[in-house]
Amino acid sequence: MTDAKSLSHLKALESESIEIFREVAASFERPVMMYSIGKDSSVLLHLARKAFYPSRVPFPILHIDTTWKFREMIAFRDRMARQHDLNLIVHINPDGLKAGINPFDHGSAVHTDVMKTQALRQALNAGRYDAAIGGARRDEEKSRAKERIFSHRNAQHAWDPKNQRPELWRIFNTRLAPGESMRVFPISNWTELDVWTYIYAEGIEIPDLYFARKRPVVERSGTLIMVDDDRFRFEPGETAREEMVRFRTLGCYPLSGGIRSTAADLPSIIMEMQASRTSEREGRLIDSDSVGSMEKKKQEGYF
Amino acid sequence: MNASAPIRSADTDLDLWLAQQTGKGLLRFLTCGSVDDGKSTLIGRLLYDSQLILDDQLASLRKESKNRTVGDEGIDFSLLVDGLAAEREQGITIDVAYRFFSTDKRKFIVADTPGHEQYTRNMATGASNADLAIVLIDARKGVLTQTRRHSFILSLIGVKHVVLAVNKIDLVGYDEAVFAGIETEYRAFARDLGFETLAAIPVSALKGDNILAPSAQMPWYTGPQLVPYLETIEVASDRTSQPLRFPVQWVNRPNLDFRGFSGTVASGVVKVGDEVLIAASRKPAVVTRIVTMDGDLEAAIAGQAVTLVLDREVDISRGDVLSHPGQTPEYSNQFQARMVWMSDESAFPGRSYLLKTGSQLVPATITDLKFRTNVNTLEQSPAKTLELNEVGTLTIATDKPIAFDAYASNGLTGAFILIDRISNATLGAGVIDFGLRRAQNLSWQSFDVNRDVRARMKGQKPAIVWFTGLSGSGKSTVANLIEKRLAAEGRHAYILDGDNVRHGLNKDLGFTEDARVENIRRVAEVARLMADAGLIVIVSFISPFRNERRLAREVAGDVTFAEVYVDTPLAVCEARDPKGLYARARRGEIKNFTGIDSPFEAPEHPEIVLHGATETPEQMAERLYSQMFGWGLGYSI
Repeated sequence: MTDAKSLSHLKALESESIEIFREVAASFERPVMMYSIGKDSSVLLHLARKAFYPSRVPFPILHIDTTWKFREMIAFRDRMARQHDLNLIVHINPDGLKAGINPFDHGSAVHTDVMKTQALRQALNAGRYDAAIGGARRDEEKSRAKERIFSHRNAQHAWDPKNQRPELWRIFNTRLAPGESMRVFPISNWTELDVWTYIYAEGIEIPDLYFARKRPVVERSGTLIMVDDDRFRFEPGETAREEMVRFRTLGCYPLSGGIRSTAADLPSIIMEMQASRTSEREGRLIDSDSVGSMEKKKQEGYF
Repeated sequence: MNASAPIRSADTDLDLWLAQQTGKGLLRFLTCGSVDDGKSTLIGRLLYDSQLILDDQLASLRKESKNRTVGDEGIDFSLLVDGLAAEREQGITIDVAYRFFSTDKRKFIVADTPGHEQYTRNMATGASNADLAIVLIDARKGVLTQTRRHSFILSLIGVKHVVLAVNKIDLVGYDEAVFAGIETEYRAFARDLGFETLAAIPVSALKGDNILAPSAQMPWYTGPQLVPYLETIEVASDRTSQPLRFPVQWVNRPNLDFRGFSGTVASGVVKVGDEVLIAASRKPAVVTRIVTMDGDLEAAIAGQAVTLVLDREVDISRGDVLSHPGQTPEYSNQFQARMVWMSDESAFPGRSYLLKTGSQLVPATITDLKFRTNVNTLEQSPAKTLELNEVGTLTIATDKPIAFDAYASNGLTGAFILIDRISNATLGAGVIDFGLRRAQNLSWQSFDVNRDVRARMKGQKPAIVWFTGLSGSGKSTVANLIEKRLAAEGRHAYILDGDNVRHGLNKDLGFTEDARVENIRRVAEVARLMADAGLIVIVSFISPFRNERRLAREVAGDVTFAEVYVDTPLAVCEARDPKGLYARARRGEIKNFTGIDSPFEAPEHPEIVLHGATETPEQMAERLYSQMFGWGLGYSI
């Protein structure tokens, strides 16, 4: 490194992200980092630790729990919090919990809106956070490609795509009026392949669900759903069977489609991903509702 | 290309491939051009040819491509990149979108920027992080006003490498003459824009000609294809070999035993053992550790985010800039800059904004708007305000000094944004040309023999008599008569004449507004030095702008300063035209000629007004000379 004239692509991305993290810590009163336990969150957490080392991460880590996450995700989350001395905050929408909102009875749209979108809004309001750091990437989806790194939200957490602040060089306008907030995306410029190669190069720990293992699943319209606990509702005639599956995205287990795979370690996953011909978000059932649905969700305050 | 990479299950191959992935370089570029030149189609094509369009995306694309212009693949590629719903309805791109693709050689981050006239600001945004720009031209339309506008903005933001992609070449029958004509015209236009490389490539984004491989349709074209060119062009701006700039972003203080300064090396190299200087306090310190979570480093280069530990307790906070002694940044509260204005609210001199550069945030005021540049013709004209999408040259004063460099020498420490103090909107983006009042870094040397002593030796009271008026108004004639009269009475006087000074001291200056401002500033300083030497200084300059005359008066300080306005009507001056200049200006041979296409701002409170149309030069000189006694100039002390 000492003799190098320029940084490799991954090192350049890493530095850029660290710079963004530090800018948040220095510019905002009450930042918070969104933590979804997935691979992007794992990279985010790794970068945050690097940004402030030897200090501990100087802001809380917020997990919006829908109560339907894979059990393994929750165990992983709690272990990470202990291991890295994190200030972990877990929020569950109490209204949704009382009303018994769940993906089986209410469907993915209602469940996601109440337990995720509304829950996030509750948590952000309760914490009076002025900056919420997220792991969104510009390569994920068309409307994300135009997202700023520092994305301004009004007092209702809404995003106005016509009124975004121009973002030049690495000079970020972090100014806010009372009640307003910022969403900050330190890994905006990373691609899915960058995330995986970085996890590989840095040896970052990710939940085991990403690796192919024998898991109890049922197949529904071509999607493999894991039976993670006894709340699972079998259709008449359905039974769980053991299959080698892994998950490309992690969320609520009844809404996360697994894929048949034999990729049991990181290199195999990367290889499999490189050969695959479907995009990452397809496994997330919430996006397939309508064209431009992600954009609508963003305007409503969803990440 | 990625997908076809030779991956086998053997770990060694995979490790090799992963090493290649992690070690690849990065090229950030932007695409710009006019509406409908096919930018989005080109980017869609690049993604498609890089095999980055996945099966599910492809299926939905084919569905959406019905009733649209499609290539052989049956796809409207622009649908891939036009992200927002509103854009899809209008059929134009209205914001900056970032796209990613990669080949075996490089990773690419593409900024897709809008061609529509009102969105110039987005183009500047895309350009600010780009190493290279693809300027698209529709072969049927050639070089347009917007092509010029975008190229000028690229030049302003300092993009050094340009690819001129002459698109839709299929629609002009792959005609070599059309391509050659456009290339010649563009090269002539771009000559003064400071691009280091410029490659012209005839392409069809829709059909794929000259994107990856040579086009069978254009045997006459022997240059590089677009993607191979992007893969190999050397753009590494050698930020590492520039002087060290380390803006402190965050003070890292986990406990009482550790105090570090976190930041990203903006340029240069910092090593353990280096002596560094803090820009604000000028205090030195030595780097004892370069800390990262992966272990301490011996050195950190431009682009690396690290934490520095210093050998002593020094007062450093966010916004401070560390450099090596002898290679320090400018540290001043005033500078000249060029700005792209990005807001519906006009920019006004005198208004207070917030300025952010690096991690420094300070209140700032536009002190003077010198001129705006017409981004279509590159002509400069005086301006009172700066409007959305306009480019202006101005001076800015900050409430406290900041550390910076000229943008031309450092692209990170020479850039800034202005923020509205009420709405917090980002109003404009600027690049610093140079700092003003450099003298504040020097201490003032005082001597025992002062102006009074020198004046006493000459038996006179020094003064500056400043003539202003149109060319041909009679300034120099009257000035000459006054000097003769003073000389005859044994006074020591000297005429600083506009034409004469421009042959020597100011021969490097032109006649644009900023050059005229500098012209006057220098003369004001020289006049002041001569007055200090005890002379009566007669300045005979058109000096058309109030601001500069005010500046001259300020520079004069406590020296007696008299403004003499030779008020001769334009028609009279033009009829005299002693040097034939008016005739040439009327023919358009001289630009920015005062009275013709550049304004003359008459003095509001001159000490005396002389009337060149109704008085003879002798009468004017007589009246002025008698007045000068009233100012106390003629007395022997």
